[in-house]
Amino acid sequence: MTEELHDVRLSVNGTMYEIQVPARRLLSDALRHDLGLTGTHVGCEHGVCGACTILVDGEPMRSCLMFAVSAVDHELTTVEGLTNEDGSLSPVQQAFSECHGLQCGFCTPGFLTTITAGLRDNPTPTHEEARDMIAGNLCRCTGYQNIVKAVERAAVLVDLAEAPAPEAGRRP
Amino acid sequence: MKPAPFEYRRPGTIAEAVAALAGGTESKVLAGGQSLVPLLSMRLAAPALLVDINAIPGLDTIEVEGEDGGVRVGALARHAAVLASPDVRRVQPLVPMALANVAHATIRNRGTTVGSLVHADAAAEMPAVLALLGGSVEVAGPAGRRTISADELFVGPLESSLAHDEIALSAYFPALAPGAGVAFEEIARRHGDYALVGAAALVDGDSVRVGYLSVADVPTVVDLSGVPEAGLGDAALARLEPGDDIHATAEYRAQLVRVLTARVVRSAREHARQSREGRR
Amino acid sequence: MTTKLMGQKVQRVEDQRFLRGQGRYVDDVGIAGGARLLHAAVLRSPHAHARILDIDVEAVLDLEGVHAVWTYDDLADLAAPMAEPLPLLIPHPALTHGRTQYALAKDEVNYAGEAIAFVVADDRYVAEDAIGRIRVSYETLPPVVGIDAAREARSLVHEDVPGNIGARLEQNVGDAPAAIKAAPHTLSLDLTVERSACTPLEGRGTVARWEPDLNRLQVWTSTQSSTGVRAAVAVKLGLDLGQVDVITPDVGGGFGVKINHPWPEELLVPLAARALGRPVKFTEDRREHFISSAHERGQVQHIEVGFDDDGRLLGLDVEFWHDHGAYTPYGLIVPIITSTQLLGPYKPHNYRVVFESLYTNTVMVTPYRGAGRPQGCYAMERTMDAIATYLGKDRADVRAVNFIQPDEFPFDQGLIFQDGRELEYDSGDYPASLEKIKALVGWDEFPAFQAEMAAQGRRVGIGLACYVEGTGVGPYEGAHVHIETSGKVKVATGLTTQGQGHATVFAQLVADELGVKFEDVEVVTGDTRRMPYAVGTFASRAAVMSGSAIHLAAKRAKEKALKIAADALEAAPEDLEIVDGVVSVKGSPGASIDLGTVSVLSNPLRYAFDEASKAATQFSVGDPGKPPVAEDDEPGLEGRDFYSPERATFASGMHAVIVETDPETAEIKILKYAVVHDCGHLINPMIVEGQIHGGVAQGVGGALYERMAYDESGQLLNASFMDFLMPYVTEVPDGIDIDHLETPSPLNPLGIKGAGEAGVIPSAAVFAAAIEDAERVDRPALAITAMPISPSELYTLRQEHP
Repeated sequence: MTEELHDVRLSVNGTMYEIQVPARRLLSDALRHDLGLTGTHVGCEHGVCGACTILVDGEPMRSCLMFAVSAVDHELTTVEGLTNEDGSLSPVQQAFSECHGLQCGFCTPGFLTTITAGLRDNPTPTHEEARDMIAGNLCRCTGYQNIVKAVERAAVLVDLAEAPAPEAGRRP
Repeated sequence: MKPAPFEYRRPGTIAEAVAALAGGTESKVLAGGQSLVPLLSMRLAAPALLVDINAIPGLDTIEVEGEDGGVRVGALARHAAVLASPDVRRVQPLVPMALANVAHATIRNRGTTVGSLVHADAAAEMPAVLALLGGSVEVAGPAGRRTISADELFVGPLESSLAHDEIALSAYFPALAPGAGVAFEEIARRHGDYALVGAAALVDGDSVRVGYLSVADVPTVVDLSGVPEAGLGDAALARLEPGDDIHATAEYRAQLVRVLTARVVRSAREHARQSREGRR
Repeated sequence: MTTKLMGQKVQRVEDQRFLRGQGRYVDDVGIAGGARLLHAAVLRSPHAHARILDIDVEAVLDLEGVHAVWTYDDLADLAAPMAEPLPLLIPHPALTHGRTQYALAKDEVNYAGEAIAFVVADDRYVAEDAIGRIRVSYETLPPVVGIDAAREARSLVHEDVPGNIGARLEQNVGDAPAAIKAAPHTLSLDLTVERSACTPLEGRGTVARWEPDLNRLQVWTSTQSSTGVRAAVAVKLGLDLGQVDVITPDVGGGFGVKINHPWPEELLVPLAARALGRPVKFTEDRREHFISSAHERGQVQHIEVGFDDDGRLLGLDVEFWHDHGAYTPYGLIVPIITSTQLLGPYKPHNYRVVFESLYTNTVMVTPYRGAGRPQGCYAMERTMDAIATYLGKDRADVRAVNFIQPDEFPFDQGLIFQDGRELEYDSGDYPASLEKIKALVGWDEFPAFQAEMAAQGRRVGIGLACYVEGTGVGPYEGAHVHIETSGKVKVATGLTTQGQGHATVFAQLVADELGVKFEDVEVVTGDTRRMPYAVGTFASRAAVMSGSAIHLAAKRAKEKALKIAADALEAAPEDLEIVDGVVSVKGSPGASIDLGTVSVLSNPLRYAFDEASKAATQFSVGDPGKPPVAEDDEPGLEGRDFYSPERATFASGMHAVIVETDPETAEIKILKYAVVHDCGHLINPMIVEGQIHGGVAQGVGGALYERMAYDESGQLLNASFMDFLMPYVTEVPDGIDIDHLETPSPLNPLGIKGAGEAGVIPSAAVFAAAIEDAERVDRPALAITAMPISPSELYTLRQEHP
């Protein structure tokens, strides 16, 4: 018995990809293995750790809890799509580097996508809001201390970067 | 941890979806998938057919019904949208109070409130809320549409009364009556985990009712009207069967029932008082 | 002169790659190869203890996309050594009944999760379909679960291991039983610690590719020991060592579990790659990580202690039972560490310790960050607290009277440590640490705060725990430093990295020693092609061992560079300095040559291939009267050296925590967490503090949230991140106060000590102490003797002590 393949068009980081996959192909696997976008990591495959978090139409979602066939009609953003257009690090990425917000780097992509959306919705988080922003992602290395600092630092960097163009953020 | 193979349909209308589910094939409906996909990946569920309703237009609505009506939440309304809705917050504040405790924000971005209801997990927040408020779910099946009230919806552990060929279209949460108050509180091991015990209270005049999660096989509502303050928890426990698991003993859950019952009733009374004063 | 980078908070070079999603973890390897890559899955035992009667793979054979299905019976034909049990990595004379599993179970299974069959298919989905079709008939046997059942030995895990006892080891200093008998005061304690596990976010994984054109095997694996895996693969596949390359790419966390090797899949994947002629990958999923890698921590302890009126130890007699699971591939390392490091910063005067290492039908036990030290610290620190309570003394004072004093170093505890060497502490200053931690946490002010809170009906408590950690154990590490003709410096060391920032700190050391720009240094770890001699990353040893080796290798490269430059500049080597990659005569910067040119000159050439290399060709350089490469020299500007210390260096530290317990719900909230840490000279304080943060969070998990919940049939009930409660940010302290003490080690050229594990060592001890302290505020005292502790368990304790 040959498993039926579906033609799936996925728009990821502004590029349209066409793949043929079985219906059961998890979106996380499609991104990694079919598209070669290995920046998205798989840590638990049951939606708890958050390493596979990507942005679906700008909102953080677990790519291990979606099927590739179900991700059509959406604009997907992975960690590879977070850098600035000139290739430099985005404010969130830059803040992680400055604050030592990562060690092994495995959970990091999920944090980066989550915080990118979080700061878009709330560009000036309080300390509590900064902690809350990352409350759904597991990290085993950092004890989160420097990730919280990175959220706060990123807010400052976003502010600096967007000072001339205050309309750049999107509020719900 | 990869799902077993399944046939996949992505209907564009409710009628097509109902048609897809017809017949004897073991099938599942995919909306948010936040509970379903882990079960598939762990191969704890292996349906032959998955009907993905995400492409059906018009199911993501959140609408207030009529003058004093409650709020109707469509099958594709994500938890996050329901939580953020000013209409919902105004009409029935218990819904956002509880939704804020549903998993983590990222899960709420995809998971649907209706999906959570028909998943019928007695440890989940929204079934208890629907049961307490006396809400309902509208479903579509081969014989047409029908409404299932909350007290008929939850029939067992992870078991709702939807037939295998029915699709939930929306859920209806009645409005908070003028002068009534609600409260929600839960205690979980980690923030965002399923609660060890959770309680939602609805106080309306002399009526005091509390809905519980994680203390029985199904979401359970206890009428505590007329029970003195000090006896609330024990009165509730007479109707509940808290159990043991790896996270808590039955005795500890019972203690949490006592503590949370007192807290939510107190908060709901306070909320009622504020809402009466607000109206004045 | 450039600023020294040693001691600076240098940002990590690794981050650029990781932050852009360009890390290269083992599951990322081979994807570019597309469809040729095959995927493996493993059928695992559903039973904790069973005889395998029959395995029927018939239904798999015709499944489309399946390339191989193997059981034990297939192994001998594939490679004869594969039919033997996996290696027992660290033999010990006391391990009289060591047992290891087979790559695929032979006749019986001894834990739920043990590998039984191996499938290779087009993708992991199909491989899992195939696994689901294999039919195995079992005769179930009574399982032995938990230390009590193991000791009772009504059933045996291995028929030929009486009493389920794998090992019994006793060490004595003085005569503890006699000293206790003669002591004015005595106490006894019974303690337990439950199992937990490392649970890195990335599980195990291996990719292998057989290169028929080269007759070589390349293996990528998520390990803490590339050289160990290389040796094991060569032996088990019947290959020469020189035919096997093992590359450890980026690793998504290790914390100990990846030091054990070879895992069955680390052999089966290369075997399949060779047999099938296609690259093969195994990526462990989360459930597999719980049931088929390794756990740690589970112990039951009995302590007898005698002490004087000041709380000074006169004799300490410790007996403990260590649950090592179904097999003992990693020998007795964990219980030996518990038994020796238990002493912490204290002088027991008379000490006896005996342990039994016991078999159970559960996942095997190998080191997890701290590796037996958390249990030892827990035993000792619970004892200190009990003494203080008994005498009505301040808990810090009781500790202080027992400290080894700064003038007593080196201090020989009179025991044999995990590396087979004497347990001799090299340096430390425990009284100074105690003063620092008391100030940092507000120890002396706490009673007033506690009373103030009590007046509001709130229960707060404080705990303190001290530890000493033997770090940087041998046997050795090595390094190779190569200055290329571009002036760039390529450094290789063999141990692996799992996120500790080694590429950064090692580059700091090289930049300092060589006098080159930090950004010109590139460090490679864990690649046996680049450095075939290495041991691995464990026991907080990477900075000490490879750091020292790299420092020494850089020194050698520098000596050579100065010698060549001295010839070129017609100056004496001692008159030269290297700054930012340029060698110049001190005081006359005009006379200079850059290191790239020195590198060109170091390698006499026949052929020029660019402008720079022309300078080194045979008609340009060299004294025609001498051989182009001197007899005592080698071409190339390289330095290679090894560091092999006599014994471990002993880091130390103290933690204090203030907690609040809810009188109604028994919830436990952390109000303040303070750490004083002494790992000698700091190479990069940012990274050291990151290690402490991570350790503390892992310790919070281990003390308050995480455990392995086995039922009596040996099923692990919480084999997922849903139910194994690894902390989120919401469960860890909001802020960790850290103060450093820098007592240098005399044992290595940099004066450094290891820092990786420290953060997790005192957790169980310090939380038990703080919760116990909070719980005696306004209710009858209760003793916390079992960790971790959940609110439910604290509630039960309250009920038991009404």
